[in-house]
Amino acid sequence: MRPTRPFTRDQRTTIVYGMLAFVLIVVVLQLWLLTATMNAYLGGDDSVIRPAAIVSLLCFALNLGLLGHLYRLERPRA
Amino acid sequence: MQSSDLDPRRPVDATIDSPAREGLTGTAPADLYGAPERDEITVAPDGRPTAEQPAWRQDFPIDWPQDQYVERRDFMKFLVLVSGAFGVGQLWIVMQSWWRSRRAAFPARRIASLDEIPIGGTLAFTYPTDVDANVLVRVSADLLVAYSQKCTHLSCAVVPKPDQGVLHCPCHEGLFDLRSGNPIAGPPRRPLPRIVLQIRGRDVYPTAVEHRTT
Repeated sequence: MRPTRPFTRDQRTTIVYGMLAFVLIVVVLQLWLLTATMNAYLGGDDSVIRPAAIVSLLCFALNLGLLGHLYRLERPRA
Repeated sequence: MQSSDLDPRRPVDATIDSPAREGLTGTAPADLYGAPERDEITVAPDGRPTAEQPAWRQDFPIDWPQDQYVERRDFMKFLVLVSGAFGVGQLWIVMQSWWRSRRAAFPARRIASLDEIPIGGTLAFTYPTDVDANVLVRVSADLLVAYSQKCTHLSCAVVPKPDQGVLHCPCHEGLFDLRSGNPIAGPPRRPLPRIVLQIRGRDVYPTAVEHRTT
């Protein structure tokens, strides 16, 4: 059986760069979503508030999952 | 290196003076507990070799790739924290919206008689609560308009200018159309909340607040 080897540090740095770029885009999307939702709320339009909250929380869960995956990469494999 | 050499549980010579055991008791290979193999420390940020680096950097060499990796990882942690804060902000808006929808409608309240407001005249009043400042303008004999006095940019008090047909926000030179309340100049992007008026006999009653996005 082929032995499992942890990623080298250079490989992990490349991975963390990719994740960082993705998380950054998602956070900017959340910022836009928050400002648009606040504008709608102040304008009396309540129809978009709940879908926007669900999408924002999904984005957060995605980011959290990526961070957890990064920590799993650092853990030495058995 | 063969793949079997990577297995820390590989069988070793059990004799007490075996070189593979190197003084350890038990049967685990000595390199299982040894210092992990370090990645090579690459060149410093200025690109010069170690011999040309300043003394402080030679005395306290930094593992630059590790430093960069940890910095990116910590920045990602911070971004995830920011992402969570945005999620909490969205939930806060949901709660505010829910609270607003449960609030009972405010009763109509007489604010003035038509005879007290000349054409082109204005009247400041509060509605629906005593801290919600509004302004009423009698544009013509049969047209009354009333808006919240809070500018939709940063909540400064707007000043009605009936002769120019606008409401002026002096803080950042915002202008709103007097007849519609729509923003026509300056930083405001949303119209002023409109106060719905009702005329009963000769008396003027505000009955509702109408928030608008466009």
